[in-house]
Amino acid sequence: MGFSSKQMMGLGVFLFAIFVGVPLLIGATGRWDFYFTLTSVALLAIASAGVWLTFYIGRINIGQGAFALIGAYVSAILVVKAGWSFWLSLPAAGLFAALVAVLIGLPILRLRGVYFAMITLVLTQVVTLTALALPITNGAKGISNIPLPSGLSLFGIPLIPDFGSMENTKLAFYLTACILMVVTYAALYRLVNSRLGHLCRSMQQNEELASSIGVNIAYIRIVIFAISSFFGGLGGAMFGSIAQSVYPSSFQVADSVNFMLNCFLGGLGYVFGPMLGTLVLYFGWDLLFEFGKYQMLIYSTLLILIIRFLPNGLLSIRFSKGDKS
Amino acid sequence: MSSLIQVKNVTKKYGGLTANNDISFDVGEHEILSVIGPNGAGKSTLFKMISSFTPTTSGEVLYRGERISNLKPHIVARKGVVRTFQETTIFKSMTVRESVVVAQHLRAKASLAGYFWGSRTAQDDVAAFGKYADELLEFLGMSEIANELASNLPQGNLRALGIAIGLATAPKVLLLDEPFAGMNHDETMNMVNLVRSVRDERGVTIMLVEHDMPAVMSISDRIVVLNFGEKIAEGTPSEIQNNENVIEAYLGSADDEIGM
Ligand SMILES: Nc1ncnc2c1ncn2[C@@H]1O[C@H](COP(=O)(O)OP(=O)(O)OP(=O)(O)O)[C@@H](O)[C@H]1O
Ligand SMILES: [Mg+2]
Repeated sequence: MGFSSKQMMGLGVFLFAIFVGVPLLIGATGRWDFYFTLTSVALLAIASAGVWLTFYIGRINIGQGAFALIGAYVSAILVVKAGWSFWLSLPAAGLFAALVAVLIGLPILRLRGVYFAMITLVLTQVVTLTALALPITNGAKGISNIPLPSGLSLFGIPLIPDFGSMENTKLAFYLTACILMVVTYAALYRLVNSRLGHLCRSMQQNEELASSIGVNIAYIRIVIFAISSFFGGLGGAMFGSIAQSVYPSSFQVADSVNFMLNCFLGGLGYVFGPMLGTLVLYFGWDLLFEFGKYQMLIYSTLLILIIRFLPNGLLSIRFSKGDKS
Repeated sequence: MSSLIQVKNVTKKYGGLTANNDISFDVGEHEILSVIGPNGAGKSTLFKMISSFTPTTSGEVLYRGERISNLKPHIVARKGVVRTFQETTIFKSMTVRESVVVAQHLRAKASLAGYFWGSRTAQDDVAAFGKYADELLEFLGMSEIANELASNLPQGNLRALGIAIGLATAPKVLLLDEPFAGMNHDETMNMVNLVRSVRDERGVTIMLVEHDMPAVMSISDRIVVLNFGEKIAEGTPSEIQNNENVIEAYLGSADDEIGM
């Protein structure tokens, strides 16, 4: 895949900024709390990437919180009750979320537009209620006291150090979340620019025409929804590990709505849109904190204005003149 | 001529309305067969059943002796029976070339995962699709608009794009629903020649629905005529032009006979 030198430069600057720049800045200013904020942004951006992918097949997904919650519980249960290494529970959480997505997706992915959106909107609540009801999830008490990720070594070669014996777990979690985010977006970029991505585009633009050229749209929808939910599960599992606890309310309907808004805000036409959207939305909300009870009002008004006047998202400002990536 | 497609006693009911009633006919290999009839006669419905876009109420359609009705459209397309649409149906935000490339996906040798990782086979596929797209667009005289966005094309080109997308799947049987609609005389004649060479040079069997009688008469080997969902005639263009039932169905009188 050919990258222009400009794109390579941009990528280099971005990687340098998150892996070197941010730690240096935080070290210099002593604002250690920013690690937690930026870690959250990175993890939310991973879940948002999944939502963006369902938009890519023309479906509005307001249910990613459900899959994040599933991922968080699966990882917590595997680590706490089955004694798994966190690093193994992480992909398992993603896969379990993907499996649930296949089962749920089979009946609901036929629905389009607002009907699909409405059904996904209740998913988060369904998972919350399930977590409250099941014995294995510990009901309302949730699962607390999740140990920090242990070290990981392969054939005696240490790959990841033990988080428990670290002085600065904040930095370690931050770096882990960033690596995960970079891998997620690299995979997303690759997917969108490969044959699967092209088939998704064909479906998004015209499902009838796509099936007339032999695209198995039902199958592709399921595959995409599963990948989307895999990202949700991954993000959720990481969150649980950082918070060292999971509760039925760890992810709520509002989170699911935010995942979707992140995508709208960043731009549905750009792979990196949800990443930018998550960053802006997260900090935007915090910055409005001083407006007290008007926070929500100002926040919503701004969102409506942005979506009204920038229907293609924030990234469209930069790309509107010519080079669409 | 052996028959490639067999339409056998096909009936389609929409509630109380019978869109197709007990239709039967065969299509031979390498034939160009037109289905004509007044508006609402059931022509598009018949094509939708042949391509499994809608199920039959009763009866079946066979392709090389194998049932292709009441399946899924993508399965029928994979067998090589591909339709185009009466209404403008395109991939709006793809260029002409991108549309023609994506339509070739059935011929991919690499798996979806292979494409993700950029395997050797996938790279070969991509190169082959690009090459074939250029060749096909050249053949269709569309090279100049290859990089135009589909949504920016004028009406005449949209029809051609729909046909190009269908052809890119390398079909054995191509069903064209009103391929000449909205074209002027020259464009139509051009397209008639193209459709003929699709059959002659690529060996594609063609079924088409058309209202443009001069074009139908010049292009068809045989014609099937529908009226109010019934098949009222079948034969060569000259047989159809002189068929009493057909003349009556079209005009209610023998004065304005159809034809050139
Ligand atoms: N999905 C549907 N539901 C109900 N009735 C339908 C449906 N599709 C078609 N019909 C009816 O079936 C009849 C045949 O329609 P069809 O589209 O096959 O006609 P046609 O011969 O293609 O006409 P035209 O030349 O105008 O395209 C019409 O009366 C139409 O109203
Ligand atoms: Mg029609």
